[in-house]
Amino acid sequence: MPYLLPVFYGIVIVLVLPLLAGYIVLLERKVMADMQARLGPMRVGPHGLLQPIADALKLLIKEGIIPAQADRWIFLAAPLVSVTMALLAYAALPFGPVFQIADLDIGLLFILAISSLGVYGIVLGGWASNSHFSLLGAMRSAAQLVSYETAAGLALVSALLLGGSLSMKSLVEAQDQAGAWFIFFAPCGFFIYLVASIAETNRAPFDLPEAESELVAGYMTEYSGFRWSLYFLAEYANMIVVAGIATTLFLGGWLRPLASFHGHILGTPIEILDIFPVIVFLGIGGYCFWRAPRQPVQIQKLVMVLFGGLFLVLAMVMFGSLFVPAAMPGIHGAFWFIAKVLVYLYAFLWFRFTFPRYRFDQLMKLGWQFLIPLALTNVLGVGVAQVLRQQLGWNAFAAFGLTLLATMGVAAWLITLGDRRDRLAAAAPAGGD
Amino acid sequence: MGTAPIALQYGFFYFFAGLAILCAILMVCGRNVVHSAIFLIGSLLATAGIYLQLTAEFLFIVQVILYVGGIMVLFVFVIMLVNLDVASRQRQFNKQVWLAVLLTIVLGGELGLMTHVDGSIFNSVNAPQALPANTNEVATALFQTYMLPFEIASIMLLVAMVGAVLMAKRRGA
Amino acid sequence: MIPVTHYIFLSLALLTIGVIGVLTRRNVIVILMSIELILNAVNINLVAFSRMFGQVHGQVFAIFIITDAAAEAAVGLGIIIALFRNRETVLADEMDILKW
Repeated sequence: MPYLLPVFYGIVIVLVLPLLAGYIVLLERKVMADMQARLGPMRVGPHGLLQPIADALKLLIKEGIIPAQADRWIFLAAPLVSVTMALLAYAALPFGPVFQIADLDIGLLFILAISSLGVYGIVLGGWASNSHFSLLGAMRSAAQLVSYETAAGLALVSALLLGGSLSMKSLVEAQDQAGAWFIFFAPCGFFIYLVASIAETNRAPFDLPEAESELVAGYMTEYSGFRWSLYFLAEYANMIVVAGIATTLFLGGWLRPLASFHGHILGTPIEILDIFPVIVFLGIGGYCFWRAPRQPVQIQKLVMVLFGGLFLVLAMVMFGSLFVPAAMPGIHGAFWFIAKVLVYLYAFLWFRFTFPRYRFDQLMKLGWQFLIPLALTNVLGVGVAQVLRQQLGWNAFAAFGLTLLATMGVAAWLITLGDRRDRLAAAAPAGGD
Repeated sequence: MGTAPIALQYGFFYFFAGLAILCAILMVCGRNVVHSAIFLIGSLLATAGIYLQLTAEFLFIVQVILYVGGIMVLFVFVIMLVNLDVASRQRQFNKQVWLAVLLTIVLGGELGLMTHVDGSIFNSVNAPQALPANTNEVATALFQTYMLPFEIASIMLLVAMVGAVLMAKRRGA
Repeated sequence: MIPVTHYIFLSLALLTIGVIGVLTRRNVIVILMSIELILNAVNINLVAFSRMFGQVHGQVFAIFIITDAAAEAAVGLGIIIALFRNRETVLADEMDILKW
């Protein structure tokens, strides 16, 4: 039964993902609160740890309203399209050397294709709501998505040039063989992909189409209850997918940082850096147990003890797998992959509460007039660096450093070009095309 | 799909072929233009499935990214920008329906004639079962044998982009 | 592999439906969509024969056709937008200023 394992992985992902998305929403609220010098959700469960479950229950029992003049079938189908595309992209993501539903030969293009299909969920939802705000928000959102897709794809091509294959698994293995993550070879590509992925998922500072102070809620205006939560789930699942792609291509996927450093603890076959996951989980579990007696309510004490126990179990799993060489790459690989995804997502959350929102024309200008030329230059640069290194025998530092300087020179030139254009447009009399 | 059991191959083929034809018929007969666009998207996705069934995986992904994710998004945008409520209440079909029926009979008859007179032209040659990696092959052909058409296609796309922007621009006041 | 006749019939069916769409519909956007359907049908034919002979030339030709379809759709829709701005109609019968 060769199809049993992928089906099992698929079921695990579909069951775990809504829970994970809910907890990332909680993480976002906590980080937002921390950056705004307050505490965030603290009531539902200790430190707000049961908030996502309360939110999910509330959304499930809320009334779903369908506008009278709305196109009923498309209205019902649009959130389904969004969620389907968001979940389908997980089929090609490698969570570990074995934990991958399908190692497609064209895995990277598959995920790009699914992302470009996700536009339909937004456009059809906005149109079917039969409301001006929805249609305008949907059009803006779709235009933004389509504009930044090109830049994101080109940034990924620069990593592809280094990896040599479209299969996600072989890209991580190429990073293993190259000895360093691709972010060190093509940092410009990583930067372009970071910005483009923030725009792709409609996150701040590119969230004009759905910000509350702008077009009410954009394409989600007329949706309520469970259908709205499907859109919400699709957005956060999308965030995790782009974080997964960036991790796989630029941050080394499931590889441990300094994967080639094999220093062992005295006398044992355990490597020093492999103890890190165990220490992390022990630390978190210990913190939960330490905070448990200080909770104001009895049930919160219990929940805190349960969470502490959960993290201690995870620590034991991490430690135990150190002695089982067959399972170790899988389990530790999953830990490192999720850790890197969380770091990338933390960057998303951080940018949300740091930068003011881009106006829509500024957004389009950034996408078309800065990111796409820069991404093209980056592809050219990485290609030239590869030729210098492989066929002319240059040192890797020299080759990639030189092309990085050239790309940054082009970026500086593009910025001055944009500034000059803005200055001319402001000085010229308004009106006229 | 090269080494899958033949029943599975037939199953996938009939599923995608039926879906493609059904969506195409619904597209041509639909009253609402947005519904027609959605049915065309369905037909194109089913065609992508046919390419996958033919082990042309690169073309499958190119069809999804370019045709469904690019061209059809353009269609849907234009349909939503152009207010079509008035148009959907009018008569949808013109007076040339009989010409279309005649055409169908002629085309179908032509193919039936070809198959029955000398059907040997369609006997499948022994196709090599294990083909090399599809993307590599297509890339090799595209960048070596067909390099000139590739560059001409790039220039054509540039011209089309400039042309489309110019056509859709408002005349400056 | 499935005998190539199946793919030829599928391609013919889609081609016929597309031609019927071009000939009978009044809405210019639906006519354009039917043209896309015709190009799609031709692609299926090309890819099926490419697989039958085990070579990749048919698929490369299909990629060029998809590129062509993209360019044509972009320019065609630009023309439709310009027409709609001037004439307020998307029905093919009503765009008849060149008729005598």
